[in-house]
Order: sequence, then C-alpha cells, then structure tokens
Amino acid sequence: MSDLTIKNLKKGFDGTEIIKGIDLEIKDHEFVVFVGPSGCGKSTLLRLIAGLEEVTSGHIHLDGQDITDVAPAKRNLAMVFQTYALYPHMSVSKNMSFALSLAGADKAEIERKVKEAARILELEHLLERKPKALSGGQRQRVAIGRAIVRHPKVFLFDEPLSNLDAALRVQMRLELARLHKELNATMIYVTHDQVEAMTLADKVVVFNGGRVEQVGSPLELYHHPLNQFVAGFIGTPKMAFLGGSVKAADASGVTVALACGPEYCLPLDGSALKAGDRVTLGVRPEHLQIAAAEHSPFKVRLDVSEHLGADTYCYVRTESGELLTVRAPGDFAGQFGERASLIPDLAHCHLFDADGRTLPKPGASARAA
Amino acid sequence: MLTLKQTRSLRTLVLGSLAWLLALTLFFPIFWMVLTSFKTEVEAFATPPQLFFSPTLENYLHIDSRSDYFHFAWNSLVISFGSTLAGMLLAVPAAYSMAFFETRRTKSTLLWMLSTKMLPPVGVLVPIYLLFKSAGLLDTRLGLVIVYTLINLPIMVWMVYTAFKEIPKDILEAARLDGATTTQEICRVLLPISKGGLASTILLSLILCWNEAFWSLNLTSSAAAPLTALVASYSSPEGLFWAKLSAVSTLACAPILIFGWLCQKQLVRGLSFGAVK
Repeated sequence: MSDLTIKNLKKGFDGTEIIKGIDLEIKDHEFVVFVGPSGCGKSTLLRLIAGLEEVTSGHIHLDGQDITDVAPAKRNLAMVFQTYALYPHMSVSKNMSFALSLAGADKAEIERKVKEAARILELEHLLERKPKALSGGQRQRVAIGRAIVRHPKVFLFDEPLSNLDAALRVQMRLELARLHKELNATMIYVTHDQVEAMTLADKVVVFNGGRVEQVGSPLELYHHPLNQFVAGFIGTPKMAFLGGSVKAADASGVTVALACGPEYCLPLDGSALKAGDRVTLGVRPEHLQIAAAEHSPFKVRLDVSEHLGADTYCYVRTESGELLTVRAPGDFAGQFGERASLIPDLAHCHLFDADGRTLPKPGASARAA
Repeated sequence: MLTLKQTRSLRTLVLGSLAWLLALTLFFPIFWMVLTSFKTEVEAFATPPQLFFSPTLENYLHIDSRSDYFHFAWNSLVISFGSTLAGMLLAVPAAYSMAFFETRRTKSTLLWMLSTKMLPPVGVLVPIYLLFKSAGLLDTRLGLVIVYTLINLPIMVWMVYTAFKEIPKDILEAARLDGATTTQEICRVLLPISKGGLASTILLSLILCWNEAFWSLNLTSSAAAPLTALVASYSSPEGLFWAKLSAVSTLACAPILIFGWLCQKQLVRGLSFGAVK
C-alpha cells in the first residue's frame, strides 16, 4: 500500500506564498501527473513531498503515517530529476547502488537489485560506464534505475523528459508507461507538457498559481473542464475562446450573442445567468466545421493552414479579429484570405461565466458544484 | 590586400610574439637569479653583467656550511601543509553552506571576507605580535600555521565556493534522498566531484604559504623560521653578497617552482574558474 494524502499544504518563500493550501489524495499504484504553466507550484509541491523543502503549514501522510517532518531519506520515496543528477564520478552500477550501500545492504543483495534494475531498463552492457560516456536517454534510464533499486513506495519524477530531444521524449514516454505497468508502482510526475500528462496519467492534477484547478482522468479534464483555465490548458491545439453576452438564459439553455456576430442557443444550465452577462464560449478545433461563406452566420476569413497529413489545422479569423483553430480533413484545400463560415457542434461547446467557471449541463449542477 | 588566412596567421604571429615577450620578461629575474648563484661575488657585481663565465658551486657550499638548509625547508614544508590543511578544513564547510544554502547575506559575507585581504598586514602587526607573545606562539610553527591559515582563508573560501557553485544542487539533493548524511554528502559526493577546484585551491594555498615573508620575518627567529627567513638572513649583517643571496633564493624557490610547474594544469584551471562558462 502506498496511499499519499496531502492536507491543506502551504509553502511560502520570503513571505510569498507559492503553494496556497492544497488538498490531494493519491491512491496506491496510481500514475498521477502534476501539470501547469511554469511557476504554478507543481515542482515545489513535488519537492515538498520529497522532503527537499520544508512545509510552511499542512500535512503529508504516506500510508496513514505523517511524514511532514521526516527526513527525505526516511520517507521511502525516490526522485528522478530533470537534470538526471547522476553522480558524475561513479559508474552506472555505483550510481544505482549508492543508496543501498549507504543503507548498509549486503553486497549480494545490492548486486542482485542493480542487475534486476539494469535488466528492466536495458542497461546491462553499460554498468561500468561513467555518466559522461552515456547519451541523454541512457542517463535518464540510469536516473530511473537509481530510483528502482530502492523499491520506493512512491516514485517522483520532476520533468524527467524535458532535456531530451523530441523523438527520444516520445520513446521514453512509452517506456515510462510500460515501467509503471511492470513495477505496478505509485508514480507522481511533474510536467508542463500537457501531452505527457494526457498520455501517461491515470489522474491529472492541473495547477495554476499555487492552487489545484482540477483533478481528474485525462479525458474527464478534456471533456468536462471545470473552468476556462483547465479548458485552455488541456488539449492541443488549444480550445478557442470567443467573447459574447447572454441574450436569454434559463435552466435548460442559454442564448449567447457572440461578439463576432452569430447567436447560438446552447443546451446548458443558465439559471445563474441573466441577460446581458458577459460569457466566453469555448470550442475545440474538432468541434468546428468549415463551410462555404453563405452556409452559416459565423463568418470567418481563412488564415494559414498546417497540413499534417491525416489532419489539417486551419487557422481562421473572425470578423471581430479573434483567431481560432479548426481541425479540417487532411486534404483541405482552403486558401489564405478566402472567405468561409464555421458551424460549431453546439453539444460540445463550453460556456464560461465572467469568473471563468464552466456552466453545467442541465440537471448536472449538483455534480459541478 | 591580405586574405583571411593571411590575416589570421599574422594575428597568430603577433599575439604569439607578444606572449613570448611577456613570458620571458616575467621569467628573466628568475633566470638571472639562478645564473648569479653560480658566479663568484666579484663576477656577480661586474659591470657590464657577464653572461658567460666559469660556473662555481662555492655559494651553495657556503650556505651548506653556514646554515642548516633542511631545517628551514622542513619548517616551510610543515607550515605550508599544516596551514593548507587547516584552511581546507575550515573553507570546505564554509563554502558548502554558502554555495548550497545561500541566504540574502551570502554575497556580502563573501565580499567582506575578501575585503580583509585589502588591509595592509603591517596595520595589525603590533596587536598580533602582542597576542602571540602572551600566547607563547612567537617563533613556533603552530603560530605561523594559525596566521597563514587566517590570511589565506578568504581566498580559499572564495575558490572552493566557486568550485562548489559549478555543481548542480540536484546532485546533492539526490544524495540526500539516497540517504546520505551531511558528512557523507560532502565526503562521498561533493568532494570527489569538485576535486579539480579543490586541488587548485590547495596548490595556491601551498604556494602562498611557501612564499609568505612578512609574517615569518616578524613572528619567528630561528626555531620555526621557514625558507623566506633564511633568505632574509643573507641580506643584512655582512653587507650584500649578491651571489650568495641568489644561491639561497634559488634554493628557497626551487621546491615550490618545481611543484608548481608539475601542477600548472590544475592551477590554470582553478584560477580561471568561472571566467568562462
């Protein structure tokens, strides 16, 4: 069992609060990803869990035991750093066995554990090399190996892939996912890359400004973001946001007049809104369809297109100047500057109130609250 | 018009010649000292100076008969190594805390420490002399070890600090997570990684201690006198004997020059720390 519970955790540096009261539960065997823009406190929270920073207030429990004031080495956690943080003067096998030899494990056991980790990570032929003779990906694997040999209760990863090139990052991402299944371990992973978050996580925690914005499975965050920040942060290309105001609203629907012209009636619970309120409509690229200019009142002008083969991401500009991304078929042939119109899939549009909160579906208000 | 290649080789030639000129200028006094040490006193005084003469060892034999060179050399050795060791024992923990647990005052503390090097030593000669007298440290090797340690400490802390600063904090944090105590973290991870910087610090301290003359002349007479005091003893009572003075100076410089030459790679690396990132 390795359940990690964080209760009302706060951390400040020189009077500035970095972590502003976080409550979080991480269950045994879960792969949890902390994601958010830089400076949102996700790395600080990881370091607090590791014990590398002192908590200002609040508690961290591991398996029911309060570890808030326990020394880092005694927490039974292992961390993989962004810079790998390998010991440059030690061979790969010494790097991996350092913790065990400090703990006074016997030689045969150390060797067995190092061999086992080297097998899992395919490092067997590199055990006698020094870190400087390894490639970036190999170093990363040694760093992971150093964590594995300790059989920690929780693995902590601090942006482990951000120093690798794009191709290697994809490969290591797959290896990490495989490793999680193979070790069946609890892992906490910090990244600013939401693609990593979406692909690896059982549970994603979205941070912003030292607070948790939303916790949920990747698809839950994608389809049901609680607010405009999460909606904009999760998904590539980003969700487009269009400003507008409420024309009429009740518990079964909201009629919105967008600043760029068209009016739409969305099947959302608008009981908290009144006519004239400012709202923002959010729509993902795949929920927009490009049509001939006369087909829809939502007039746009085509900007540049990115042809990716299977899909084309076409950027379009509304009459009020907002830039939107539309996912079009791979053979989309629209030309720069051409007039067109958009047909949004209203069932999949999101509406955010003036405070950025997502409006619930009719009858779902209890869930969102 | 010169081609790019010609411009480059011309520049190499000019810069190379300038470097050689500077190096020879710096080396000339040492060369002349060694040369003079093999002359007779008359030849040493001759004008114009003689470049060609029949070398003699009489100056060296004279030194051997007049004073016990190895007594002074042993003192130099003990004092230099003693104070370098003491200095490192103090500088490493100080630099560790300043490099890895930086506070708002760390930078100014470092500058303040370095500023003490700007004080003219003679300004504190009387108080230190009196302190040494009361403590019974006059003309003792321990006394010189203490003074040398303290005067070189700012530079040593600064150099070790610079060496430590180049080490990513992550590595030490990894060691902490791996279960290392502070001592293990320093001895098994930090020191081995920064051995280059530490070696140059040790080397510089040895050289500075070996060559120090002001305090050794003022605080020792015979028992604890190092080689610098031996050199000085050849300058006054019997008038100036250039050849003998050159011989004793050569003997005093030789060990540290050879040592420095053997370790020059380390020294250059250490002194240019942080100069290029």
